[in-house]
This record gives sequence, C-alpha cells and structure tokens, in this order.
Amino acid sequence: MDPSDPTLLVARAQFGITIGFHIVLAAFSIGLANFLMALEALWLWKKDHAYMDVYRFWLKIFALNVAVGTVSGLVMEFEFGTNWGRLSTKAGSVIGPLMFFEVMVAFFLEAGFLGIMLFGLKKVGPKLHFFSTCAVALGSLFSAFWILSANSWLHTPAGYSIASDGRFVPEDWLEIIFNPSFPYRLVHMVFAAFLGTAFMVGAAGAWHLLRDPSNARARIMFSMAMWIAAIVGPMQLVAGDLHGENTLEHQPQKLAAMEGSWERPPSGQGEPLRLFAIPDMEERRNDYEVAIPHIGSLYLRHNWTGTIKSLNEFPPSDIPPVPIVFFAFRMMVGLGFLMAGIGIASLVVRKRGHLYSARWLQKVVVVMAPAGFIAMLCGWVVTEVGRQPFTVYGLLRTAESSSPVSLSFVMTSFISIILVYVLVFGVGLVYLMRAIVQEPRKNEPGPEPELANETGR
Amino acid sequence: MPLFDELIPLLSAGALAFSILTYVILDGTDLGVGILFAVNRKARHRHVMAFSILPIWDGNETWLVLGGGGLLAMFPAAYSIFLSAMYAPIILMLLALIFRGVSLEFRDRAKTERRQRLHDVAFMSGSIVASFCQGVVLGGLIQGIPHAEGQYSGNGWDWLSGFSVFCGLVLVVGYALLGACWLYWRTEDALQARSCRQARLLAVLTVVLLAGVVAWTFRLNTVYEERWLNPLIGIPFVALLIVLMAVFWRAFAWKYHFLPLFAVLGWFATAYAAMVVALYPLIIPPALTLAEAASAPLSQMLILAGFAVLIPATLAYSTFGFWVFRGKIRAKD
Repeated sequence: MDPSDPTLLVARAQFGITIGFHIVLAAFSIGLANFLMALEALWLWKKDHAYMDVYRFWLKIFALNVAVGTVSGLVMEFEFGTNWGRLSTKAGSVIGPLMFFEVMVAFFLEAGFLGIMLFGLKKVGPKLHFFSTCAVALGSLFSAFWILSANSWLHTPAGYSIASDGRFVPEDWLEIIFNPSFPYRLVHMVFAAFLGTAFMVGAAGAWHLLRDPSNARARIMFSMAMWIAAIVGPMQLVAGDLHGENTLEHQPQKLAAMEGSWERPPSGQGEPLRLFAIPDMEERRNDYEVAIPHIGSLYLRHNWTGTIKSLNEFPPSDIPPVPIVFFAFRMMVGLGFLMAGIGIASLVVRKRGHLYSARWLQKVVVVMAPAGFIAMLCGWVVTEVGRQPFTVYGLLRTAESSSPVSLSFVMTSFISIILVYVLVFGVGLVYLMRAIVQEPRKNEPGPEPELANETGR
Repeated sequence: MPLFDELIPLLSAGALAFSILTYVILDGTDLGVGILFAVNRKARHRHVMAFSILPIWDGNETWLVLGGGGLLAMFPAAYSIFLSAMYAPIILMLLALIFRGVSLEFRDRAKTERRQRLHDVAFMSGSIVASFCQGVVLGGLIQGIPHAEGQYSGNGWDWLSGFSVFCGLVLVVGYALLGACWLYWRTEDALQARSCRQARLLAVLTVVLLAGVVAWTFRLNTVYEERWLNPLIGIPFVALLIVLMAVFWRAFAWKYHFLPLFAVLGWFATAYAAMVVALYPLIIPPALTLAEAASAPLSQMLILAGFAVLIPATLAYSTFGFWVFRGKIRAKD
C-alpha cells in the first residue's frame, strides 16, 4: 500500500485519536489511584478525617475516570484487529501475550477491587478497604508495565526471530519484555502520569484556596501536589534526558527529527540547540532557524563538539514527518521545564511559610492544570510520529500493517468514533469540572453514598 | 513431540473459550439489566436495577478485553481475519458499550429528571445495540468468513445475512432473560414479582428462538448438522438442556432466589459448548483451523502458564467483589 493512501491515513488518524483520549484517562487513573492510596494511608496513620474528605472528593472523579477509561481501552484492544490486521498477524505472537498479561495481571486487579474501593468502605471496614485501594493502585501500575513493554517492543524489537512467512516469533521472553527502550519509557511515563495528576489536583486545591485559604482539604490537595511537582518535576527532566539518549542509540532518525538536524555540522562546530525553526520536508532544510551553537552537543553527547547522525544520512522514505516531531518535542520540553520550575518555586515559598497565602503561585497552578497531560500527549506524538514510517521499527512498515478494509468503512467508523468521543468526553468533562469546582467539605460524601446502605440483608 | 504440538493449541483454545463464555454469562447479565430498562420504567425500579450492577459491571466487561487480548495473543491470524471481517458490527458494539458504561456511571450526576431519563435511554439503547451486535458477529462467525492466505478477503458486508440478524435478536432476548433472572435474585416486592413474570416469558421465547437457530444452522452447513445429529454428541446436550429447563421452571417455587439465574447460565453454557463442538477443529469457518491460526508455541505456553496461575486468583477475588455487595437491594425513599 502507498504510504499516502487515504485509507491508511484515516486509519492512523483514528488510532491516534482513540489512543490520545485513552492515554490521558489511563495516566489520570494511574496518578489518581496512587494519590488516593497515599491519602487513605495518611488517614489511617494520622487519624485526621480531612484526608478521608479529600479521598472521597477525588474518589468521585476517579469513578468517572475509570468508567470512561475502561470503555475507551476496550476500543484499543479491538482496533489492532479491525484496522491493523496485518500487524496483528505478524507481531501477534510477541505483543499479544504482553497485552494479555496486562489484562490478567492488571485490569482484573483494578476492576475486581474497584467496586469495593468506590462503594464498600462501610461494608468491609477500613483495613480491607485500604487493601482494595492498594490493589487498584498496584493494578494501574502493572497495567503501565505491560502495555509499555508491548509498545516499547514495537520501537526497539528484541528477543525475536522472523519465520519464513514473515511472522515475528518470540525466542526469549525476558529480552522481549525488557527490550532496550522499555525501562526508560516506563519511568518517563509513570512520572508523566504522576506529574499530570499532580497539576490537576494542585489546580483544584489552588482554586479552592483562592476562595478560602483556610480550607484544610484544599490545603492538603495543594500541598501534596506541590511536593510531587517539586520532587518528580526535576526527576522527570533527568528521566527524559536518559530516554533521549536511548532514542539516539536505537532510533537515530527519530532523534534527528526531534533536533531538526538535516545536515551534520562540520567537524568542530558541534550540534546546536535549535530553539525555533520551520522544518521543510521538500527542501530538506530548516527555515527561520534560531539556534544556540554547541548546546546540542552538550546534552546529546555530553561534550562540546559531538554530532549526531542527521536526517539527510537516511533514505527519504525512512524518515518521519519532521515538523510534527520537532514542534511536539519543544512543547513537551518547555512544559516540562515550567512544571519543574513551579515545583522548585513552591519549595521556596513553602520554606518561607507562604504556601497557602501565595496567591500568585496558586493562580499560576490553576492555569497550569492541564499542562502535565498536554506535555504527555506531546511526548507521545514525538515518540509515535517519530517512529514512522514503521510500526515495528526498521522491520515492518506502517503501510504494510493495515487491515484489508475499504476506505468507506474506515471513514465511517472514524467519523462515528469522533462524534461519540466528543459527546462522551464532553459530558464527562462537564461532570469533572462540576465535581472539581464544588468546595471540598467536611464529611464529604463519596460516590453513590446510599449504595452500601441499600445493598444487603 | 507431535502430541505436545497438538495439545498446546487445544489448551489455548480452551482458555480462550473459557474467557469468552465467562464474558457472555457475566456481562450478558448486566447487559440484560440494561435491556430491561425498556420495559421497567419506574424511577425507583431503575434506581435499584442500576445499583445492582454498578459495583460489578466494570469487572464483567474486563472479560471481553481478556477475550480480545487472548484471541490476539493465541490465534493472531483469527483475530485479524475476524475483526477485519466484522469491522462494522464490532465498531458499533464498542461505541454502544461506551454509551452504556458511561451513562450508567453518569446517571446519578444528572441534575434534572429529564436528563436522567436521557442517560437511561442511552444506557438502554447502548445495551440493546451491544447485545445485538454480539449476536450478529456470532452468527457471522458460524456462517463462515471468506479468507485467503491468513487475511480477510470479503467485501466488508458478508457478515450481514438473515441468519446473523436473527442471531442478534436471539442474543438480545437471551441476555434480557439473564437480566430478569438476576433481578429476581437481587430485588424484592413489586420489581421481583415483575422480573419473575418477565423471566418466564423470556425463557419461553428464548427456547423457541434457540430452536430456530439450530434449525437454521442445519440448513446452513451439513457439517454442523452431522456433528449435532451424532447421538454421542446430540443426546447429552439435549438431555442436559431438558434437565436445566426443568430446574428453571421449578426454581421460582424454591426459596433460593439465585436458582433461576444459575439454571439459565447452564443453558447458555450448554448452547455455547454445542457451538464450540460444532466448529471444532475450525476457529474460523469455512477453512481456518485452530492449529493454522495459532501463535508461536512459546507464546501460547507463556499465556497458558499465566492463565493457570492468575485466572483462579482472579476468579477468587472477583467472587469476593460480588460477595461484598450480596443480598437484596432496597431503595430507601
């Protein structure tokens, strides 16, 4: 199939949109589940009911989030067959078991204990309830483990052989699971989930602090979120840099696209840091480039004059769409630095004892509410667009991965999915906003508080 | 080890069949509750119906994810052919499942009664459409899918036939029956009495329609007919069904309110087993066998090992999750 075939492009757009929605929900679930676990632990430990109030406040939002996440994840599990049948046939033996383990290990753990976590505190008592919360939190992390392992294998395949009919055959499961890019991607993504959640929670806390600086529950939200921003924010920058080095080693054309590096600089000049440019795929060069010399070498090669393999050293049919990768990367890094900066600023403000009265910081955090998730989406655009034109990197082209389905089907499903997602996520977002702007009160009710009373003998 | 080579795909097929059956009986029940929203219109009844499945529907639906993941992992060629062939009904089913799951979760957040009714309509129609689509793809599978060289080779519409549409209708009725039996177990007073009447009516309808499916299947393919008319296969199935029907009919008189549901779950399991027996050794008629569609032995072995260890644990804690919310649901005024 021609790489610019419309059926292929629509199928790709459909996958990109469905996974884009899903990944935000999945990451928010990971972050919230672990946040809730911390809250319940603090409640049990300090016996301060305010923690339980914050727990219940976010539990309502968690319930919505998981429900939508389950069904949007279901779509993903089937899209590999409806739209990417040839990839499934060829790579199913390798990525299939990883995805299967995700369901067996993670999804069931989450779903099995979710009911108790949401509605069961009165029925099972605090200890067993805390156990359920931990099971859900652990399940969410396991799910990140398996799905990122499968995703990473597509980026950096290892531990396989290729059969005569072109199928990938597993040879060594440990090599497959712990493929070269997996540890970096896992850490980077889990940090992203924590940061994204921290800024949502922090923004909600800040919003209520701006209205009532004495609200103890809003203080807990804001304070915990700022701790995460201060600790995970800078760590994420390091993790991202290490992930970049891994990409340089295994997916050099992706890294060249991230850097917008068309030509290798003459010896001794080193790689510049391009702050801005408009990459031109036709002419294979950048327009309006603004760059600082040598800085690129510094963070890519950790010296003054090192260079990387440039885009022009690859065949034109093997490089990704450079402008998308280039801009998404800058957006992600910019937001990453901003978030880390806010985290560090909060430390200073906290040290001076102004955390709950620093209105400027609270206003900034409210504006930054979606920053973590936007940065995360940009990061996924970098990595997924950056691995084009391949699905299994270097081995199977995207154009050879799709299902034998006609344009009319793919187009119709694409439009229906967009309509349904906009409606469902739109309504969900309204409910989410409504829940967040409601003041976190003393004796906050959880989701469906009557359910436990009305069920049972 | 030729025996070993045959055994592994067979065990994998067993694991997959188990996952799908578990999905059908678990989510079939809560889809059925959704379908019954069409005939149970009292706000209090609907409130109880929603509460009866709210803590568990998410876990039930996870078995469908397991089925999808299992098909990909253990029989990738079948996954690819089946889903490409069923493109339209599968996408429709997924969208319907989104609608119903989300509207169930959102229904108590609706501020006005009118909006809540809107959520209920979405929940009900989502449940009906998802059930119907599941029946259609089942019928589409039984009637056979054109395929060549490990890829689907049809035009995208060959799933659509009188037979597959009929299967869709049968499954909607069957799921509604499961839902009615579930409500008979979990509710009391007026709603329970109502569910009892509905269950009996739906049971008669299901038996008649199921007989219709069997007769239609005979005309469709002589292989199925031969297999089922083999007395060693046919007689045990029919005997089992008759016993289970008798149990169902007597069950409403007994004090154990879960009995009708379990009897009907038995019907479903029996009918499902009969279908699997008719298809064997094919995974996708008319030609793709389990062995041909199988993933690499190393993949299947990893999965089977995980399945043997993890699924019993999963069943144990999922049962606990049901157990916590056991008992009758009483709406407080």
